[in-house]
Amino acid sequence: MAKEQVISDEARKEIEGLFHHLPHKQAACIDALKVVQKYNRWVSDEALQELAPILEMSAHQIDSVATFYNIIFRKPVGRHVVFLCNSVSCYIMGYEEIYKALKDKLKIDFGGTTPDDRFTFLPIPCLGTCDHAPAMLVGEDLYRDLKPEQLDEILAKYE
Amino acid sequence: MERPLTQHMKSDGTALSLKEYEASGGYEGLRKALKMTPLEVMNLVKDSKLRGRGGAGFPTGMKWSFVPMGEDAPKQKYIVANGDEMEPGTFKDRLLVELNPHMLIEGMIISAYAIGASMSYIFLRWAYHLGAKRIQVALDEAYQAGYLGKNIMGSGFDIDMDLHTSVGRYICGEETALLNALEGKRANPRNKPPFPQVSGLFGKPTIVNNVETYCNVPHILAKGAEWYLSLSQSEGGGGTKLYGASGRVKNPGVYELPLGITLRELVEVHAGGMQDGYKLRGILPGGASTDFLTPDHLDIKMDFEEVAKAGSRMGTGLIIVLDDKTCPIGMCLNLEQFFAQESCGWCTPCREGLPWTAKLLQGIEDGQGRPEDIDILSGQTRYMAPGNTFCALAPGAMEPLQSALKYFREDFEEHIHTHHCKYQHH
Ligand SMILES: Cc1cc2nc3c(=O)[nH]c(=O)nc-3n(C[C@H](O)[C@H](O)[C@H](O)COP(=O)(O)O)c2cc1C
Ligand code: SF4
Ligand code: FES
Repeated sequence: MAKEQVISDEARKEIEGLFHHLPHKQAACIDALKVVQKYNRWVSDEALQELAPILEMSAHQIDSVATFYNIIFRKPVGRHVVFLCNSVSCYIMGYEEIYKALKDKLKIDFGGTTPDDRFTFLPIPCLGTCDHAPAMLVGEDLYRDLKPEQLDEILAKYE
Repeated sequence: MERPLTQHMKSDGTALSLKEYEASGGYEGLRKALKMTPLEVMNLVKDSKLRGRGGAGFPTGMKWSFVPMGEDAPKQKYIVANGDEMEPGTFKDRLLVELNPHMLIEGMIISAYAIGASMSYIFLRWAYHLGAKRIQVALDEAYQAGYLGKNIMGSGFDIDMDLHTSVGRYICGEETALLNALEGKRANPRNKPPFPQVSGLFGKPTIVNNVETYCNVPHILAKGAEWYLSLSQSEGGGGTKLYGASGRVKNPGVYELPLGITLRELVEVHAGGMQDGYKLRGILPGGASTDFLTPDHLDIKMDFEEVAKAGSRMGTGLIIVLDDKTCPIGMCLNLEQFFAQESCGWCTPCREGLPWTAKLLQGIEDGQGRPEDIDILSGQTRYMAPGNTFCALAPGAMEPLQSALKYFREDFEEHIHTHHCKYQHH
């Protein structure tokens, strides 16, 4: 029986579209990982194996790139990633309170995923919105000037 | 007062469209540049005394002059905008790309013309999702209007531009690490020399400048070097600067002001002073990797020279304010945890030294510090001093710590002697 592909034909086409303008295929490595993640939410070992011939690199070489970066996920993540800024201005402005409240509400700590696969909870360095600290991203949505009492309403927006 | 970088931004928070940008004088600088020779453009930027806004303040025109020019120079050259902005406490480039992306694009086109580059990249921090969308819209508009592409505005000059969003790591902001990231590799810094101006992206001559640096260029072309110099209150450089403040001040934010205003004016007038119930204790003048200043330093000018004389660096010009109810050791711990996590792991002093530093600070903060820890920490700041590591990340990480050991020493001692942190977390 043929093994099922984890990188879809659609994703593969998108990756091959990255090569024009570039002197060699390896230069598209990071963007290719982003494409895989867009379709699959994370980058599995199988995905690395399938990427290798497309990029003309070994799976290990691709892994050394994938593991270097903060937001390429080599473990499964939930449908929505909650990135809470834990850098200095947010620390001064009350990050701790938000962290505790989120931990209570999600019933997971940093690095965890809720059992229903709804949220993964991660710390993230400065989100560049320190004048409105504390701040967090849920997926691509930015929330600023956070107060613990706003969290229920924010989280409820995500299925 | 003139505020060339921000005065045309819209108060409703949307970006200037191409039409609106043109109506505010946009692309006039490019039009002028294309009638000049590349060398004339470079010399004008030199005369304006524009200095890099990415932290080090290197003279921009001089940086460009290291690029090989003429018949024998490589045909392919690159212009790269550094929009990584992961320095904690920094949020100025976000404002520029979200509210006026055409200004960045125009600045990059002019810079490309000056050095003879035909390809350019905007390297943007991944978390700036809104900025990325707006840059993409602006790039499409600029291509349609013929500001980008082949033979732009009938000048015979070709220039392409692409947006690359990063996948996150502070070290990507270091210019040679950034080039590795753009090439799809791990973002470890490269050896210098060769400098990127000679051998950069894919081994070709490359200029990397900060987003804010490029945003100044169209205005210099449109209005001249003398006008640009007149904007500044600093001997060392021309123009305005995007300053800013975060922490417990009344009006945190970004403010465009003459380069060289005093720290006092920045803190007390523009940031509005401290919030009620909080006193000023210390200031990181230009991001997480700069030495603390104290209330005694308020009368210095916020320019590259005077901040250096006071023992720190102007860095990005966005200050982080430490108040009297936040623990200085807790703040240092937070900073060193960040640097330890973001070390790229290439060289030993940084890879091993930063986690150790963070661990010692954690011990002190938790009441388990030992008297000898203070000496070990000072030893670390020497061990990771400039010149001892492969890049400037680790020396930058030591700046807030070495100054905290000097200015907040009694806090370190009190934590160690009482086995306790007296600051309640808020
Ligand atoms: C660890 C590290 C991080 C840096 N991050 C940034 C950054 O996010 N943005 C930036 O413009 N420069 C950053 N720099 C400085 C760049 O290496 C480079 O000097 C700068 O982009 C040059 O631009 P400029 O001459 O216009 O200032 C960083 C340097 C180091 C060592
Ligand atoms: S100083 Fe740190 S970040 Fe810089 S090369 Fe060495 S390990 Fe990497
Ligand atoms: S420190 Fe949290 S947004 Fe900058």
